[in-house]
Amino acid sequence: MLEVFDLQVSYGAIKALDGVSFSVPRGRIVTLLGANGSGKTTTLRAITGLAAPGRGRIVFEGRELQGLPTHEIIRAGIALVPEGRRIFANLTVYENLLLGAYLRRDQPALARDLDQIYDTFPRLAARRTQAAGTLSGGEQQMLAVGRALMSRPRFLLLDEPSLGLAPLLVKEVFHLITRLNQQGVTILLVEQNAAAALKIAHHGYVLSTGRVVLEGAGAELSAHPQLQPAYLGDEPEAEAPPFSS
Amino acid sequence: MDLLTFLQQLINGLSLGSIYALIAIGYTLVYGILRLINFAHGDLLMVAAYVAVMGVGLFSWPWPAAFGLAVGLTGLMGVLLERGAYRPLRRAPRISLLISAIAASFLLENLALVIAGGRARPFPVPQMFTGAFVWGGLFVPRLSLLIPLVTGALLVGLFLIIYRTAVGRAMRAIASDLATVSLMGIDVNRIIAFTFLMGSLLAGAGGLLWAMKYPQVNPFMGILPGLKAFIAAVLGGIGNVTGAVLGGLLLGFLEVMIVAFFPAWAGYRDAVAFTLLIVLLLLRPTGLLGEALGEEKL
Repeated sequence: MLEVFDLQVSYGAIKALDGVSFSVPRGRIVTLLGANGSGKTTTLRAITGLAAPGRGRIVFEGRELQGLPTHEIIRAGIALVPEGRRIFANLTVYENLLLGAYLRRDQPALARDLDQIYDTFPRLAARRTQAAGTLSGGEQQMLAVGRALMSRPRFLLLDEPSLGLAPLLVKEVFHLITRLNQQGVTILLVEQNAAAALKIAHHGYVLSTGRVVLEGAGAELSAHPQLQPAYLGDEPEAEAPPFSS
Repeated sequence: MDLLTFLQQLINGLSLGSIYALIAIGYTLVYGILRLINFAHGDLLMVAAYVAVMGVGLFSWPWPAAFGLAVGLTGLMGVLLERGAYRPLRRAPRISLLISAIAASFLLENLALVIAGGRARPFPVPQMFTGAFVWGGLFVPRLSLLIPLVTGALLVGLFLIIYRTAVGRAMRAIASDLATVSLMGIDVNRIIAFTFLMGSLLAGAGGLLWAMKYPQVNPFMGILPGLKAFIAAVLGGIGNVTGAVLGGLLLGFLEVMIVAFFPAWAGYRDAVAFTLLIVLLLLRPTGLLGEALGEEKL
């Protein structure tokens, strides 16, 4: 479904990605692992057009995405749960979810999806008319996930969806990801929590200083003796600049 | 001062304040999404007035056609300004945008000077808006009733768009996080253009009302009301639409009341009004309804 070839992204003089290639087959969960600053978030930003690749190709269902504006990439059926949640703080929970469904015109199905998200996250339902900025960190994360789902994506990118969630909720989010995948959504998951991610992923890639250093099937990779050193390797490296306009 | 005079001034203040409010909204909408003070916004009043003058005077169109065209063209002019002067600089330092805005303002004023000449022209106020009602001792120009009514209707429309439609939701979302709005599949440029269109249409309407109230048209007529409306927007809390309306009305009342209560100061009405504003902003720097600006908003 998605193929990335030799992707290179620089922030000024700093190479954040230095020739990354990987693929996400249709109907699969693929996870990108790596330490802070290894290039995971930059990869997602490049796929969604938020960071401009200096070199390389990003092919989604046979269509080249690099160079397209973000909104057109999203219109191809992609959604991103961004790093740091990025909910619209001054809008209500309900309005945030509606914005996720901005492109959809199928009112009845949209209303059903909204109900389903409120079912999955009852805390959001209770706060639907509240300004999203007043939610707790965990609730904002749920809202970010719910907002992405409201577009009914065929390909969902998640950037650390478990960050800042209570352990019980983390389990729930991973459960939700599995369920979405079973419903046919292809998933690219970026995670710090390697063990949890590899448990549900079909395939994983480990990034380090902007390169893929290790890859393999989920179970295989979690048993790999080099995973821990590679993953925990704390090289001093370039942090992606904060996600900003 | 008796009740009658007070009522009289109240009506005058309401009509002046309404125009400020209409113009102030354009400043606040644009500031809300781009953090840009659109200094060319006031000149849009002049654009609207000139189009109407030419439509009625040069082509002898009926006034509704000329006025409609004036408002429509002013809206387009606002979109054109964004396209030509601001969009190319979206990623440039904010000071460049500001300079571009000032340049756009000079450009509009001097274009008008070249096309229409520097001599002030009378504005053709339609017959039905002239004259006044007299109730007892109360003297109410028709225009003073019309202005708040038109303003009220436009504001209702605007608020419905901002708070009840998908485009309005997108506008408010851009004010909070522009990059993430594009992640919703929304073409941010179109929403920004739409925001300029809204603000400029209101400025067009405000310009016609202003020109009927002070029926003289010249290339620099937009500067002072533009500046006052900007102050009104700041006073209400820039970025906040309700605040812009409140600020506009407050400024209008203030000016009118100063003249009414202290006729000797009539010549200093602008000075007194601005002094009061400075004091108010010293006490409340974010304006009436403004929230404290976070670092990212500055």
